[in-house]
Amino acid sequence: MLLEQQLRNALEKKDILLMTHIVLGYPSFDVNREVIKQMVENGVDCIEMQIPFSEPMADGPVILKANQDALAAGTKVEDCITFGAEMVKEYDIPFLFMTYYNIIFKYGEEAFFKRAADSGIKGFIVPDLPPEMGESFLALADKYNLAPILIYAPTSTSERMGELAAHGRGFIYCVARRGVTGKKSEFDKDFDNYLGRCRAATDLPLAVGFGIQDKEDIEALKGKADMAVIGSRTIKLVEQDGAKAVGPFIAGLK
Amino acid sequence: MDRNGFSGKWGGAYIPEVLYQTFQELKEEYARCRKSPDFWQEYLELMSTYSCRPTPLTYAENLSKHFGGAKIYIKREDLNHTGAHKANNVMGQGLLVKRMGKKRVIAETGAGQHGMATATMAAKFGLECTIYMGEEDVMRQRPNVFWMEKLGATVVPVKDGSRTLKDAINEAFRDWVTNVDDTHYVFGTACGPAPFPEMVAWFQSIIGMEAADQILKYHGKMPKKVYACVGGGSNAMGIFKRFLEETDVELVGVEAGGHGADSGAHAIRLSSPDATPGVAQGYKTMFLQDEDGQMKHTHSVAAGLDYVGVSPILSDLWEKKQVRFESATDDEVIQALDLTMKKEGIIPALESAHAFAGAFREAGQLSPDDAIIINQSGRGDKDIFTIAHAYADPSWKEFIIGRGKEYSKN
Repeated sequence: MLLEQQLRNALEKKDILLMTHIVLGYPSFDVNREVIKQMVENGVDCIEMQIPFSEPMADGPVILKANQDALAAGTKVEDCITFGAEMVKEYDIPFLFMTYYNIIFKYGEEAFFKRAADSGIKGFIVPDLPPEMGESFLALADKYNLAPILIYAPTSTSERMGELAAHGRGFIYCVARRGVTGKKSEFDKDFDNYLGRCRAATDLPLAVGFGIQDKEDIEALKGKADMAVIGSRTIKLVEQDGAKAVGPFIAGLK
Repeated sequence: MDRNGFSGKWGGAYIPEVLYQTFQELKEEYARCRKSPDFWQEYLELMSTYSCRPTPLTYAENLSKHFGGAKIYIKREDLNHTGAHKANNVMGQGLLVKRMGKKRVIAETGAGQHGMATATMAAKFGLECTIYMGEEDVMRQRPNVFWMEKLGATVVPVKDGSRTLKDAINEAFRDWVTNVDDTHYVFGTACGPAPFPEMVAWFQSIIGMEAADQILKYHGKMPKKVYACVGGGSNAMGIFKRFLEETDVELVGVEAGGHGADSGAHAIRLSSPDATPGVAQGYKTMFLQDEDGQMKHTHSVAAGLDYVGVSPILSDLWEKKQVRFESATDDEVIQALDLTMKKEGIIPALESAHAFAGAFREAGQLSPDDAIIINQSGRGDKDIFTIAHAYADPSWKEFIIGRGKEYSKN
């Protein structure tokens, strides 16, 4: 089933979906395994698995450090793909790869798409690949039926949002504010206007990420967005309290 | 550069969506400036009154005799205000910032020269200024940090990754995506997302325009070869651009050989087989990276050349064989620096000394009827701590120890 349909089916039973984020190989694949188990068992609807990159330009301190530590621990792209395939087999929810474009470029675009498709991955989030730079990437996404998740930012004009929507599949990832991952966002009137513009620009489901940290944040998104994205918050939680703390945290968000 | 910012297959603008709109505005303003003769006139006026343009082309008579070949000329970017070619780009972008009405500038810096120039421009134009600098470079280039701070800039030491230039660039981008509305990122070299490579090369092209006029005046004809060191590539693009029009002039870029091409500890992107095509820091070029696409650690005695990527325009010129690339090791560079000081009374920056080392290897093979130009991109006195350390100079050590004791008393 295609990603968008999968999310729409889930939306029939819930007001808002939850997507979480992990950095592969950080602190280890074993911990990743445990964290994902806790996430899925407690009702997470979609998981983005970040393949670490040495230059994560759009990430804040928490995810930046996780990328660096994962690489220092010897994490390879091949291990990440194998792990992704294992998770797809194990759980019913959709899994995505999130990474920076160089990882895909260096692996070979088509080879990467083929491996991901064979593994049952549903889509890619690549924050440094705007559609202008991604002609071959988008063509391959079509060919292999994988969703290229495009990104809206508060600085995107409505015209730009329209252009992006034409290339996006699965859902649109709306960045809640300017800046990098990990800092608290304010859900004020400006934010509502922004989400209104997002909604007007596309029929795809809207996910909101960057700075979503607790139940209150998710409540604030209900009725406005289709999916909330929690990223740095769970990474910090695992650092402080271990993988076992993830389940209760996720359960407490609902 | 084409519509999407590519030179051949290199370049582009691989940027997060949050920066898309600001890049549109930057591209539009840059296009307006390119078209306006008044803008270039304003730029020339600023550079001739606030800085020392045109910078001299010095005939290095003693070095020429020493090698017994070509007449060696040195383009003196060290005499530009703030001591390097960096000011050419920074003052140009400063004029652009004024037009765009932004109130704050940020920049990355390796050797500290670009940070110095940006802090200087910010002081002159009344802008807020934050400079990102790898922690390792902060240690190597302490005098420049001191001056940036005294000029009113905030210097942020970057502790991530290899703690050098590339990490400072990542951190500057993180600042930019956060403060995009009022902030302009003064990119320091002919790298990064389009339009930066082309725009920086345009501001720097003033070097080659002056040098071509000067060599015709002093030598009566074009030089045989032009040498420049290549880190990101802005001084090289600056002097090469005008001479690309001259088919008989050979252009030579000299990269940082570090401990040697086989050592793994170098920053040779184009003249060794170690680099491969990649996309990082917003653009596509030849990067020193592993088979997974993770960037490698680089090494050079010169902080300004210690970088994993290279200008996409230079990658294109390399591929089209319009520029030849060589490298010089740390040791060769110190020797070239020593010789230049003793013979000419000129102190090149460690970065620039790479160009000297490359030229010295080949000068003797040419005839005295021929001329070569070396681009001295900056002055070496900023490197006093590194150079004195490399010389293991006893009286300098004594001075530092003495000063240290004096400070630790208080």
